[in-house]
Amino acid sequence: MHKVLLTGNEAIARGAFEFGVGVGAGYPGTPSTEILENFVNYPGVYAEWAPNEKVALEVGFGASLAGARALVTMKHVGLNVAADPFMTMSYTGVNGGLVLISADDPGMYSSQNEQDNRFYARFAKIPLLEPSDSQEAKDFLKEAYLISEQFDTPVLFRLTTRLSHTRTPVLIGEDSSGPVVRDWQKNISKFVMLPGYARKRHLVVEERRLRLQEYAETSGLNQVVWGSRSIGIIASGVVFNFAREALGEDASYLKLGLTYPLPLQLISAFASQVERLIVVEELEPFLEDQIKAAGIAVEGKSLFPRVGELDPVLIEQGIRGASRFEAYYQIPDGLPGRPPIMCPGCPHRSVFYVLHKLKARVTGDIGCYTLGAMTPFEAMDTCLCMGASIGASLGMEKARGSEFARRLVAVIGDSTFVHSGITGLIDHIYNQSTGTIIILDNRTTAMTGHQDHPATGLTLSGQETAKLDLVALVRSLGVRSVRTVDPYDLKATEQVIREEMDREELSVIITNRPCVMISKERLLKEMTHQDKCTGCKKCLRLGCPALYLAGDRVRRDEELCNNCAVCEQVCPQVKGETEEDE
Amino acid sequence: MSENTSIIITGVGGQGILLASRVLSSAALKAGHQVKISETHGMAQRGGSVITHLRYGSTIYSPLISVGQADYVLGFEKLEAVRCIPYLNKNGLLIINDQEIPPLPVLLGQIIYPEITADSFRSSAPRLLLLKASAKAQQLGNSRVVNMILLGCLAQYLDISREHWQSAIEECVQPKYLELNEQAFTAGMQIQ
Repeated sequence: MHKVLLTGNEAIARGAFEFGVGVGAGYPGTPSTEILENFVNYPGVYAEWAPNEKVALEVGFGASLAGARALVTMKHVGLNVAADPFMTMSYTGVNGGLVLISADDPGMYSSQNEQDNRFYARFAKIPLLEPSDSQEAKDFLKEAYLISEQFDTPVLFRLTTRLSHTRTPVLIGEDSSGPVVRDWQKNISKFVMLPGYARKRHLVVEERRLRLQEYAETSGLNQVVWGSRSIGIIASGVVFNFAREALGEDASYLKLGLTYPLPLQLISAFASQVERLIVVEELEPFLEDQIKAAGIAVEGKSLFPRVGELDPVLIEQGIRGASRFEAYYQIPDGLPGRPPIMCPGCPHRSVFYVLHKLKARVTGDIGCYTLGAMTPFEAMDTCLCMGASIGASLGMEKARGSEFARRLVAVIGDSTFVHSGITGLIDHIYNQSTGTIIILDNRTTAMTGHQDHPATGLTLSGQETAKLDLVALVRSLGVRSVRTVDPYDLKATEQVIREEMDREELSVIITNRPCVMISKERLLKEMTHQDKCTGCKKCLRLGCPALYLAGDRVRRDEELCNNCAVCEQVCPQVKGETEEDE
Repeated sequence: MSENTSIIITGVGGQGILLASRVLSSAALKAGHQVKISETHGMAQRGGSVITHLRYGSTIYSPLISVGQADYVLGFEKLEAVRCIPYLNKNGLLIINDQEIPPLPVLLGQIIYPEITADSFRSSAPRLLLLKASAKAQQLGNSRVVNMILLGCLAQYLDISREHWQSAIEECVQPKYLELNEQAFTAGMQIQ
C-alpha cells in the first residue's frame, strides 16, 4: 500500500480496476473524460468511447446483465441523453454491479448549463453516492458496487468539477486479480420491460427504495463529525470540505456520502443535538427540500446562492453574515479579460471568418467551434445541446421558408455529428429541407482533450478499427450535394460555402483539416504579409493569437504561429489589391 | 492555519502550469504533507486564464484557497499574475514571469495591455519578484521549460528538501526531457 496524488477521476479509474470492473463505457465530456482514459490503461479491462451517452449506458446494461461489473461515465448533460435507458434500468436492476458516474459542473467551467443531477437519483429511485475527495472516490466506488449487487440496482455516483480535477492523496490497494463475472441467467420477466412485467417490477422498485432508506440510516457512508453544537451542518461532496474550512471546530457536521435515499432518522437525531441546523449544498435545495418535507426545521438556500460553485467565503458569509477571509491587496480596475480563443492555425477559423463575411445565420453546436460566437466573428446564433444545430436549422427554415434558409447554415463538429447530428440530418432529408450543413471534421473530439470517435479510425485503447466515412454516410442518407473543402484554402472555402448556401436543395459541406494540436500537417508556406503590412488590420479580423498589433503595424509571433497561412490569404497587400474586396 | 502553505499558480492555457503544479504537489507529498491541488481543465485551456490552487500542510480541508489566504502567487504571465493578487495574504509573495501574452481584446486593439512593472506593485503587493524566466528558458534552448525555472525560484522559499524535488521531477517528467527540466529547475533555484 502506497500513497499517490490522484484526481477524483483517476481515483475512480483505479478503484474500478481494484474492484474487478470488466467493462467501461462513456462519451467524453468535461469534467468526466479522464476516468475512462485512465481506466483503459489497466490490464484485463475493456473500455470504450461510445458514440453517445445513451449507447454507453446501454453497453453498460448489457455488460451488467452478462455478469460483468460495469462502469459508465459522462458529464451531467450526458445523463439527459442517457435518461431513457437510465429510468427503466431502475426497473430491470442489474446482474453484475453497474455504477453510472455523473460529473456535474457547478460554475459551468466547461458546460452549457449547471443542472443538478442529484434529482435524477430521486427521479429514477436509484441510490446516489457523493464522495468528498479522491480517497473517498475510490472507497465509495467499491461501496457503490456492493450496493448495486446487494440491492439489485444501478447506482448513480455524482462528482463535481472541483472533485474530478482536484488531486488528493490516495492509498493504492491490491491489483485486481481480473474482472469479476457472474453467471448469466435468462430472466424474461426481469429484463424484458413489457407493460405486464414492468408493472410488477415497479412494485419491486418501491420495495427496494424502502430497504435502501433503512440501509441509509446505518450506512458508514454517512458520518457525524462533532464540534461545537451551536451549529449543525449537513453537507455532502466537496462542499463538506468547504464548510469545514469555513467553520472548523465551531460547528458539528453530518457528512452524507449516501444522499439518496436520505437517512431521515439520522438527520432528525442530529437536528435534535444542535442549536441551529443548516444544509450547505451547491445548486439546488435537493437535501433541504426533502428534510423540510420530513418536518425537520432547517436553513439552507436562504443563506447561500443557488447558482455557481460554493467556496469557504460564501459559506462563512451565509452563516455569519461576514467572512474572515478578505483580500489585503486590490487589483486595478478594467484589466483586460482573457476569454478562450481558437488556437493559432485552428482549421475552424477560416469557416467562421467566411460565415461572418457572408452574414450567415448560424445554428451552432457543442465543441471548440462554439468560440465562433465570440468576437471577432460573432458568427453563431444558437448553441443549445449536442446535435441541436441541425434540428434547429430545419425548424428555422420551416418557420420562415426557404428564402430565409438561403442565409442559414448549421455548423457541427465531427464527434458531435456522430453523437447526435445524424438523426437531425435524416429529418432534413425526410422533410425536404433546402438548408446547408457544415461538418467541421477535425478528426478528433478536440474540446475535451482529443479523444477518438467512430470517424477517426482508432478506439479508446488506440487500436485501429473501422473508420466511419462521413462523406459516404451523408450520401447514403440521401444528401445529393456533398462537398469537402480544405479550410486552409480561404478562397475555396468561401466559394463552396457561398455556392451551397445559394443552392436550393439540402447540402452538406465537410471541412477536412485535422485539429492543429494533434496534427503535424502544416502548409509551411513562407509568410510575407508582415513585411508588406500597411496597417489595414484586416488580418486581425481572424482573431488569431499569433497576430498582434505593434504600433500601427501587425506582427506575427513566429513561436505561436502554426503556419496555416490563412492570414496571408486575407492580406490585401499579398493579394496585390489596393482596396479591400468587400 | 499558518502551518499550511497555500500557493496559487496562474497563467495562460498551454504554458505548462499543470506540469509545474504536479511536480510541486508530488514533492510536497514526498515531504510528508497532506496535499490538495485543484486544476483547471477543459475550455479554459484554449488560451484562456488558467489557475491552480495548491495547498499542503498537516490538515487541509478546502482544495480552494480563499481570498487573502495565499502565501505565494506564482504567475507565468503578467496579466494573469495581477489578476490573482487578491489571493495573497498580508505577507504573501508575488512571483511574476516577465512575459506578456496579449489576450484577444488587446490583439484586436480594443484595449491596451496594462503596464506592469516592479514599481507598479510597490504599494499594492509589497513583496514582489519579477523574473525574466522566459529569456532564461530560451538561453537553455527550450522556451517550454519556463515552468521549471519558475518552480525552481519558488522552491527557494518552501520547506521541501532538494531530494524530494529531484524525485518529484523524475516522477513527473518524461525521461527524454529530464535533464533539460533539471537544468531549468536548478537555474530557477539560483535566481536571487
